[in-house]
Amino acid sequence: MQKLDVRLKQIPMPELPVEKRLQTFDEVALGYSEEQALAEAARCLQCTRPLCVEMCPLRIDVPGFIKLIRQGNYVEAAQKIRQENCMPAVCGRVCPQERLCVLGCKNVIGDPINIGGLERFVADYELETGVTIPDIAPSTGKSVAIVGSGPAGLSAAAELAKRGHHVVVFEALHEPGGVLTYGIPEFRLPKKVVKQEIDYVRRLGVEIKTNIVIGRTLTVDDLFDEGFKAVFIGSGAGLPKLLGIPGENLCGVYTLNEFLLRVNLMRAYLFPRGSKTPIKVRGRVAILGARGMDAARAALRLGAEEVCIFYQRKLVGRVDDIRRGIEEGVKLQPSTKPVKLLGDENRWVKLVELVKLKPGQPDKTGKTKLIPVPGSEFLYSAETVVIATDHVPNTVAAIKTARNVKVDEKRGTIIVDPETLMAADGVFAGGDVVSGAASVIEAIKAGKRAAQSIHAYLMKH
Amino acid sequence: MENEIVYKEELAPEIKLMKVRAPLIARKARSGQFVILRVSEDGERIPLTLIDWDPKDGTITLVFREVGATTKELGKLNVGDVIHDLVGPLGKPGEIALYGRVCVIGGGIAIAAAYERAKKLKEVGNYVVAIIGARTAEQLIFRDELKGLVDKLYVTTDDGSEGIKGYPSDVLKGLLESGEKFNLVYAVGPEALMKAVSEVTKPYKIKTIVSLNSLMVDGTGMCGCCRVTVGGKTMFTCVDGPEFDGHSVDFEELMARLRMYEEEEKLAIKVMEGCGCRSWM
Repeated sequence: MQKLDVRLKQIPMPELPVEKRLQTFDEVALGYSEEQALAEAARCLQCTRPLCVEMCPLRIDVPGFIKLIRQGNYVEAAQKIRQENCMPAVCGRVCPQERLCVLGCKNVIGDPINIGGLERFVADYELETGVTIPDIAPSTGKSVAIVGSGPAGLSAAAELAKRGHHVVVFEALHEPGGVLTYGIPEFRLPKKVVKQEIDYVRRLGVEIKTNIVIGRTLTVDDLFDEGFKAVFIGSGAGLPKLLGIPGENLCGVYTLNEFLLRVNLMRAYLFPRGSKTPIKVRGRVAILGARGMDAARAALRLGAEEVCIFYQRKLVGRVDDIRRGIEEGVKLQPSTKPVKLLGDENRWVKLVELVKLKPGQPDKTGKTKLIPVPGSEFLYSAETVVIATDHVPNTVAAIKTARNVKVDEKRGTIIVDPETLMAADGVFAGGDVVSGAASVIEAIKAGKRAAQSIHAYLMKH
Repeated sequence: MENEIVYKEELAPEIKLMKVRAPLIARKARSGQFVILRVSEDGERIPLTLIDWDPKDGTITLVFREVGATTKELGKLNVGDVIHDLVGPLGKPGEIALYGRVCVIGGGIAIAAAYERAKKLKEVGNYVVAIIGARTAEQLIFRDELKGLVDKLYVTTDDGSEGIKGYPSDVLKGLLESGEKFNLVYAVGPEALMKAVSEVTKPYKIKTIVSLNSLMVDGTGMCGCCRVTVGGKTMFTCVDGPEFDGHSVDFEELMARLRMYEEEEKLAIKVMEGCGCRSWM
C-alpha cells in the first residue's frame, strides 16, 4: 500500500509555516530538495503523446526535461527548458500551471505531476551552479530597440541576441523586470531570482538602459534616427483602471499598482531603515477586485488587522497562491461590488459601502451577468483600501511616434498583424500591450514570436 | 558622466540649485515639465520641476528646498557626485502662447518655476507682471533675475521683511480691484497660495493655470498616487498635468492627499539624521 500511495500522491512543495509567513516577505514556497524532485519526477508517466507539452504556450518538452531529472542531469534539464523559455526560474514560480501544462497531465489515476515545482527545481539548480551561455550567431550588425523590460521585452531581447543582433532594452523605471519587479511580491517571486534571470539575458549580449521612458525621454522615431532598424514595444498593461465610484480619491485608497509599486519596487516594507518609501496599512483593509490577492497577502504582512477581498466571480491568480493567501488569513467575499467609499473629517477612508450580487437573466449567448440585489447594501469599515480591478495597456511609446502605429480606442491596445506582430513598418508589439492584461508566459511567447518576425524583417532590410 | 552634478549653489538657507548632466532630458524638456529622481539605492522617487535646461551642454537645472529626507540627502551631494536615478522629462508641457497681459505668481521655492515660465511668456511677447512671495526676505530667490525680466514685479513676505507684508494673492486681488486686466494668471507654489489665487481670479473669469505638486511614485501614469479631482473628473497629475485649470481643481482633496505620509516623512528624517530617537523601532 505504501508504495502505491507514493505514486498516487504529489510530493508536496515545502512551504514556510503559516505562523512564520506573516512576519516576513520571504518566499513562501521553498522549492523541492533533490530527493523530493527525484521522487516527483519518478511519478511522470512519460507519455508518448504528451498533452502537457501541447498545453504549454511555449511547447516546452516536459517529459523530456523530467526524464533528464530522473537521470540526475539537472543542468541539461534546465537547458532544455531554457532553449524555449529564457526565464524558467520565474515561470516555475508564477505560471498558472493548473490551467496549462498540469491540466494536460494524463496521470489520471493519481495527482498530476507538479511540473512547475520540477521546472523551478532545475532552474534554481542551474542558477546556483552558473548558467551556460548558448552559442550566439555571428553579429548581423543590426540593432533592435526593445521598449519595456518585462517578460515580453526580455524574451524578445534574448531571442534576437541569440540570432546575432545588437539589442538594447529601454526601461522606464529604475530597475528592469517590468511586472516581475514592480508587480509580483517577494514572497511569491524573490527579486534575487528575477535579477539572476535578467543577468542571463544580459550575458547573451543584451544591453538594458533604465530610467528612459520611450515616448518621453526618447521617441520611437528617435530610436530609428539613432540607427535601430526595428523596434519592439512590450510596454505591458501597467496603467490602473479606477472604479468610477464616489470617494475613490480619499486618503488611504490605493490603486493595486501603487500599492504593489511601493511594496515590490520600492520595498516599502523595509521603511524607514531599509527603504525611504513609506506605505500606510492600518486597521482593516478592503481589497476591491479580483486581482487583489498579492496586495491582500502583502497587507497582512504589513500589519493589517484584517484583510478582505471583495470581488464578483473569480479571483485572478494561481490556485496555490490563493490557497496560501486563505491560509494566511485573507478573507473572501465573492458576489459583491463596491458602491462608494466614505471618509472621516480628515478625508481618510473609513467605510466602504458594497452591494451583494446575484446572477441575472441569461442573455442570447447563455451568459448571465451579475446584478445587484436590491436592498442588500452593507458597510465594511476599512482604513486602507486597494482598488484591484483591471489594468490597461501603456501605449505612450505608440502614441508619441510619427510612424503609423494604431491603438484600439476601446481596449487601449496596440493593433498588430496577428501573424507577424508588426504594428507599423519596422515597429512590432507584443505581450499585454497587445492582448490586454494576461499572463507572464503569454508575454514570453509573444516576445519570442515577435523576435522571429523581427529577425525575418531585419534580414530583408 | 550622466546624472553628475556639475554646479551647485545655495540660493538661500536650505534652498539649493543644482545643474545636472542629463543630455537626453535636456534635449526634450519643455516648460512646466518635471523629472523624478532617487538619491540612493534605497531612496524614494521624488518629482522636481525643471527650472532650466540646455540641450547644447546637456544639462538641466533643479531647485529644491531641503525639507524631507530625500531633499536633505540630495542637498548633501556635491559637484562631481552622481544622482542615483534620474528620469524625464515627465508631464505635459505648459502652454506658451501670446495671451497679451499675463500675471505670473510664484510662492516659496516655486519662485524658480515662476521665473522660468515668466521668461518663456516674455519671449513670445506677453506683457508680464510677476508677483512673488516668501516667508522672509532671504528666501526671495530669483528676485533680481525677475526684476530684470518682467514688466512689473511685486514682492511679498509673510513677515514683512521685504516688499509687501502678506501673500501674492492679496497683491493680485488689489491689482484686479484697481482695474488691472489680465488674460492669463499662472500660479505655482504652495497649494494654499494656488487655491487663494484661483479664488481671487474666479469672479473676474480670468483663465488661471496652476501647477500642482502631488505626491508621486513612478511619475509615468502607472500608480495613480498623484490623482486629483479636476472639474469632477479624476486626473493623474503626472500624465494629465501637472498644470490644470485652477478654477476646477479640488484643492481640499489635494491638500489632504499631500498630508497622507506626514508622520512617515518626519520619521524618515529622524532615522536619516540619527537623532538617537528609537520611536520607530
